[in-house]
Amino acid sequence: MSEEFPPVLQALAEAVSAEFPGRLLSRTSFRGNLRFHVCPDKAHEILKYLKTRGGFGMLVELSAADYLQYPDAEDRYGVWYCLLDVENGRRLIVKTKANDPDPTLDSVVDLWEGANWMEREVYDMYGIVFRNHPDLRRILLPDEFVGHPLRRDYPMRGKGERHNFPVLTRAEG
Amino acid sequence: MALKLADVIAPPADVREKDYLWTLNFGPQHPATHTTLRIVLNLDGEVIVNSIPDIGFLHSGFEKLGEHLDFNQYVTIVDRMNYISPVANEIAWHHSVETLLGIDLTPRCQYIRVIFSELMRLHDHLLCVGAAALDLGAFTAFLYAFNQREKINELNEWASGQRFHPSYTRVGGLQRDIDDVWIGKLRAFIKQFPSALADVTGLLNRNRIFLDRTRDIGILTREEAINRSVTGPVARASGLVRDLRKDEPYLAYKDFDFKVVAAKEGDCLARYLVRMEEMRESIKIISQAIENLPSGPVNASVDERMVLPNQLSVYRSIEGLIHHFELFMTNRKWKPPVEEVYAATESPNGELGFYIVSDGTGTAYRARTRPPSLVHFALFNHLAQGHTISEVAPILGSLNIIAAELDR
Repeated sequence: MSEEFPPVLQALAEAVSAEFPGRLLSRTSFRGNLRFHVCPDKAHEILKYLKTRGGFGMLVELSAADYLQYPDAEDRYGVWYCLLDVENGRRLIVKTKANDPDPTLDSVVDLWEGANWMEREVYDMYGIVFRNHPDLRRILLPDEFVGHPLRRDYPMRGKGERHNFPVLTRAEG
Repeated sequence: MALKLADVIAPPADVREKDYLWTLNFGPQHPATHTTLRIVLNLDGEVIVNSIPDIGFLHSGFEKLGEHLDFNQYVTIVDRMNYISPVANEIAWHHSVETLLGIDLTPRCQYIRVIFSELMRLHDHLLCVGAAALDLGAFTAFLYAFNQREKINELNEWASGQRFHPSYTRVGGLQRDIDDVWIGKLRAFIKQFPSALADVTGLLNRNRIFLDRTRDIGILTREEAINRSVTGPVARASGLVRDLRKDEPYLAYKDFDFKVVAAKEGDCLARYLVRMEEMRESIKIISQAIENLPSGPVNASVDERMVLPNQLSVYRSIEGLIHHFELFMTNRKWKPPVEEVYAATESPNGELGFYIVSDGTGTAYRARTRPPSLVHFALFNHLAQGHTISEVAPILGSLNIIAAELDR
């Protein structure tokens, strides 16, 4: 499938493979989406390399999926970083993975400030912890919420959280 | 490891030296937030030292619903994300679905979608400009803007039957074709719109209060815009000239003659001016599209088994009936490849993309929205630091945060 990659990205993939031996697992493409699959332990370094040497100055999108019930999936969580080369209009998606029991990745907030809230959302929804994140809090759900609702083993109708909200009576208020 | 809001808004360690700082809760029910946003402001007198946005009040689990509703059903939910420009969300969602399925739209459908995209851009920018003006005391501009929005709502209603949440697009096509009456209404709308826009311009562009409260407020540099993932009019007002309509043309955008509007200043005034100018470009696109509207079918070919057949063929032919049945049975529906795809469109607020992970069924395995409002609201602290409380309103107004899209 790699024949769809333009020469610039082919060269970049070879450079990444040379710089981080064995860490660029594969390259795939589908309908114009060009993807590098990378090892989670060097994901941060590879993204840094792509930013500084590959010209991908902008992180357009960062999110994750839980592949628990996905056909033929080997890893539980997949995290994608959609990168954009602002000057040349090139796009690249970097995919990495995380696994239970403690899904952890290095934060990329030091590379792109825009990752801050997106990583917080992934942490909130999937429980993936980003090391060295400056402010890793839940973003959409309240602090006292238990669980991570976008995981596939979390039921769509919730676990009864709404019924357990503390009710203030008038006398207490 | 996990922090809580209380940790972040706790007084600084050197509280004795800084005990002149005070904390103010802005929202979630402050009129200038327009929707439910809460910002905890840390203030030195009136000057913002730090601000901590606290979001999630409208979180409704849209993305979870996207994993349970099929490609056509979920359109009613994406409608309610950025409800200020609903059809733009639908087009973005179905653009991703059609990229996944590999459907080519008919020219007529592409043109109608372009017209709706641009009508939604007008819709969104009018709200943004009108509400920003309202917060800064220019009430009349707001009324002129909302008068035009009402007309767009009528166009929505005529085309789809719904004013506010039209759910107009379908996989491979549209809910139904437009008719001559609608085209007449659209022509009338285009004709009167420039003078209404001139009224708003006349009320604001030389308005001393409006200018003083927006010029040099909330400056975003080009470098910071790139670093902070900013897209759309906010990025273009900072000199980051990117517009997916030109850079990665989707639908029929390459057929039209229009300009990408940009500014260099990056302040609230630049964002306002970019939005006003974009509306003029949108009107140009709409008038080109409506005068060159291709004839022919509006839905992709029924042979592809992707598009809902029309009512007549369902009732009058056995093939149509079977086909309709196949697309509605919960164990049939579409058979997309087991793949994932990210596709984005230029929504009024910025890059609105959907990352769909498909497991080969007619329902997305993961339907991730790339919401421009979330990215832009993350800017708030950066823009507001060093400004006074009264400048919160213009900064919020220029970012056009829609809480339903922010929290989803």
